[in-house]
Amino acid sequence: MNMSWTLVIWLSIGAYAFKMLGFVVVGSRKLPNVLAQCLMLIPAALLGAMVFNGTFTDAQSIAVDERTIGLLVAIIAAWRKLPLIVVVVLAAATTALLRAI
Amino acid sequence: MKFRIEPDVRPVVTSALALSGAVGVFALAFGVLAVGAGASVWQTCALSFFAFTGASQMSAMSIVSTGGTVSAALGSGLLLAARNGVYGLALSPYFGESLGKRLLAAHFVIDETTAMMTAQTNPRLQKIAFWTTAIALFSLWNLGTLIGAVLGGAIDPHTYGLDVGFTAAYITMLVPHLRTSNGRIAAAVGATLSVVLAPFLPVGLPILASGLAIFIGVRPQRAKASA
Repeated sequence: MNMSWTLVIWLSIGAYAFKMLGFVVVGSRKLPNVLAQCLMLIPAALLGAMVFNGTFTDAQSIAVDERTIGLLVAIIAAWRKLPLIVVVVLAAATTALLRAI
Repeated sequence: MKFRIEPDVRPVVTSALALSGAVGVFALAFGVLAVGAGASVWQTCALSFFAFTGASQMSAMSIVSTGGTVSAALGSGLLLAARNGVYGLALSPYFGESLGKRLLAAHFVIDETTAMMTAQTNPRLQKIAFWTTAIALFSLWNLGTLIGAVLGGAIDPHTYGLDVGFTAAYITMLVPHLRTSNGRIAAAVGATLSVVLAPFLPVGLPILASGLAIFIGVRPQRAKASA
């Protein structure tokens, strides 16, 4: 798994570089408001993408299968403010059960 | 020996510990899922120790697990890590001039430490909030990852629905970002792009492309009443 070590090392270097960039290099200067606003939307955009891409695609095709039900269970559980581990276990268990039948 | 905590410090320490405990459980999930995605225990632990930024670690692992390339996984992980740069900007004025201290503190600039530190009003408590959260959270994040990774080796990811486990973890991370209308629009646009583009791009790239949704941020903040 050499490829994965590449990923581990570069992600580690990159993550630290970003943390340092704002903290050490840029110091007390301010980013333009619009740029800061866009950057703060990265988690919303990417997390939304990972939820939907992870549920409704299979390789390069669009798919609706057991995962859709798992997703629905996760959304309901998160909406009911259940603890993270419960949300994860419920969603995984539902999907596993549907795959088994 | 008696160790006394000043009364105003206690609530800061208590909430730092509670938050770190919750994050430790999240790390457990990350450990299990990463090993399920094909990473070794060492690789999983190295990510938590050196990259130390949850969402980035998760997204990189899940792109790898669905057959995406290393570059796509890295791209998405780094894109998610970029916001720590913005946190760094926000926290920078709270820290002194010492470069060594800044270089060390930088490693701990993440969602949780930023939230804890900026919630305090006086400099002394801000420092305590940052470092208590940093130390407790870093320890539990790595401990949780190790336990999860060791447990995860015994599990077949597809049979146990671990792929949907990833998705479920993302949902809980997404929720706080849906409080603003810009956050909701960015999430919806990102989600749509990631599915619609899937047939046309190699695996992993649709997630990177969905990053275009962040340009909703150029919309003037005033226009909040558009529903």
